[in-house]
Amino acid sequence: MQKALSQRQKVLVRGAAVLSAILCSMLVLVFMGLNPLTVYANIFKGCFGTFYRFKQVVYKAVPLTILSLGCCVAFKMKFWNIGAEGQFYMGAFAATWAYMLFPSAPVAVLLPLMAIFALIAGGIFALIPAALKIKWGTSETLVTLMLNYVAQKWVSYLKYSYLPWRDPHGGGSPKIVNFSENAVLPSLLGIHIGWLIAVLLVLAMYFLLKKTKFGYEVSVIGESFDTARYAGINVSRTIVIAVVLSGGLCALAGMIQASAIEKSLTDNMSNGMGFTAVITTWLSQLDPVIALVVSFVFSVLLQGGSYLQTSMGVPDSMGTIIQTIIIFFVLGSEFFVRYRFVFDKTGGEK
Amino acid sequence: MILSFALFLQVAVQTGTHILYGILGGILFEKSGQTNLGTEGMMLLGAAFGYLAGSASGNPFLAVLSAGFAGSAGALIYAFITITLRGNQIVTGLVLTTFGTGVASFMGKYLAASPLSASFKSSFSVISLPLLSKIPLIGKMLFEQGIYVYVSLVFAFVLWAYYRYTRWGLNIRAIGENPAAADASGINVTLYKYIHVLAGGFLCGLGGAYLSLSFVGQWQENITAGAGWIAVAFVIFCTWSPLKAILCAWAFGALNSLAMKCQSVPIFGHIIPGQLLDMIPYIATIVVLVLMGLHFKKENQGPASLGISFFREER
Repeated sequence: MQKALSQRQKVLVRGAAVLSAILCSMLVLVFMGLNPLTVYANIFKGCFGTFYRFKQVVYKAVPLTILSLGCCVAFKMKFWNIGAEGQFYMGAFAATWAYMLFPSAPVAVLLPLMAIFALIAGGIFALIPAALKIKWGTSETLVTLMLNYVAQKWVSYLKYSYLPWRDPHGGGSPKIVNFSENAVLPSLLGIHIGWLIAVLLVLAMYFLLKKTKFGYEVSVIGESFDTARYAGINVSRTIVIAVVLSGGLCALAGMIQASAIEKSLTDNMSNGMGFTAVITTWLSQLDPVIALVVSFVFSVLLQGGSYLQTSMGVPDSMGTIIQTIIIFFVLGSEFFVRYRFVFDKTGGEK
Repeated sequence: MILSFALFLQVAVQTGTHILYGILGGILFEKSGQTNLGTEGMMLLGAAFGYLAGSASGNPFLAVLSAGFAGSAGALIYAFITITLRGNQIVTGLVLTTFGTGVASFMGKYLAASPLSASFKSSFSVISLPLLSKIPLIGKMLFEQGIYVYVSLVFAFVLWAYYRYTRWGLNIRAIGENPAAADASGINVTLYKYIHVLAGGFLCGLGGAYLSLSFVGQWQENITAGAGWIAVAFVIFCTWSPLKAILCAWAFGALNSLAMKCQSVPIFGHIIPGQLLDMIPYIATIVVLVLMGLHFKKENQGPASLGISFFREER
């Protein structure tokens, strides 16, 4: 029997899902001979125990949030951009390129320039799958996936085989030169300013998607191509703008990561966040504000996971496993959000 | 020259075999109407659990079987969420991949410290079939391979015959095209989907274990290195045909081993850096997808209901 649930019931169902997921992951922990309460206490301590650890959470939440915003725009259009990871790397690469071109430019010029380079690189990189889809109907999911590998290999090429960017003081292991101070994002309240950028972007995207004509057009295209065309929306143009925006945001996350955290370009700087962002975006129901919350929760689990490694000797992939268990439950719970069970006298479900 | 080319072909097949398992697994998923982005995860689960069983028991049969069941276990999570609870197939597949990666990397530390015994490894070494392996050029490629490669061929041919000549094969094709019609004709859609998805997971698991048990022969972090994703793309390229899957996988293997060879051979006086050559399979996959789009043919399209959940009561 299908009947829409009230908002309160929906929240209840999802809450129940997360709760059962936590219980289930506790069972997994017990099975592995760990005390789940200690594990969770350690996750909490690892995230909020000291300001340093809290900073680590924010460091993870900033790129994850911005990546989620990027995915959000594309997903709204049912354009399955799984390429956040690749766009992230291209953004970091382009920002580094800008730095290499003007290494001694003043901060006020260099940082915006790096951001612009990143936006353009990410936009172009996301445009490839969009163009292929519009022109030949190629699956954007697979193309963006493949491009992730291309981007990552490109950055490893720069790191291992491209000599002009090599750090001469790197010692035995190849490494790209570190940025000088003028290419590093400043801090605000002790944490790099990326957090403020992320929050502002969340508000901007919320406004763009919910309150503007463009946002409306994007959702219409997501609902039905034909409807959009019939309504007089310039479908190709809107798709191109939305996709460039999506890729640009993901690339901006890469620029922030390169500038504020790595202070260089590395070939493992994303830590798979581009893929995590796909999941956080979906969990947030494509709502920018909820995406911020979900990204923060995920960052807590990630940071908690890496703290577990140092404090309890548990591999940090434990955080990933707990995360996926939670998502599995939430995915499953959607069923109970969409359909309401009615048990009749024979006990069968309707 | 001919001998070295024959050797090259032999290696090409070995380099593509895990992809072949992945593609066949993917075909089982997609023919039943289930989009599958979890191949990579199930391959990693298979690689890790196969290796665990192999290094602990020393029994190759048990190792391969555990790999298959580990893949199926991953597929079961996917099946329950997408078939029974009708969750989003794309996201569930992605999460399955993350899950498999997490579990494999969790076990990785332990696995890396427990090597496989020499006698265990020898059970996967090449077997030359008498006479046949002496055929010039293709003898080594087809008839001087490990058991794992022979079995992959058997699976491909069995699947082809299954879809073409058996009633069950016909039924599952009907489900992939139009589950409502299949349901109306009395086919148990849910049961069929479950069985095929689990079988697909089994094959993906075998593919992962081929890497850890035979091809690489030791544990490496992230041992599949994106092979699962390539398999996903190749399911489309081979137009859901198990026989074409063999060619696709081997062509991929040839391309990959060619790229490997180029790392030491200068081309036009330059050594191309390995990282750039590593991009080739991914770019080739994109080119392949575009070519598929150019040659749009009705019979080359995927199952009509791919990715759409079936709900009896919504007809």
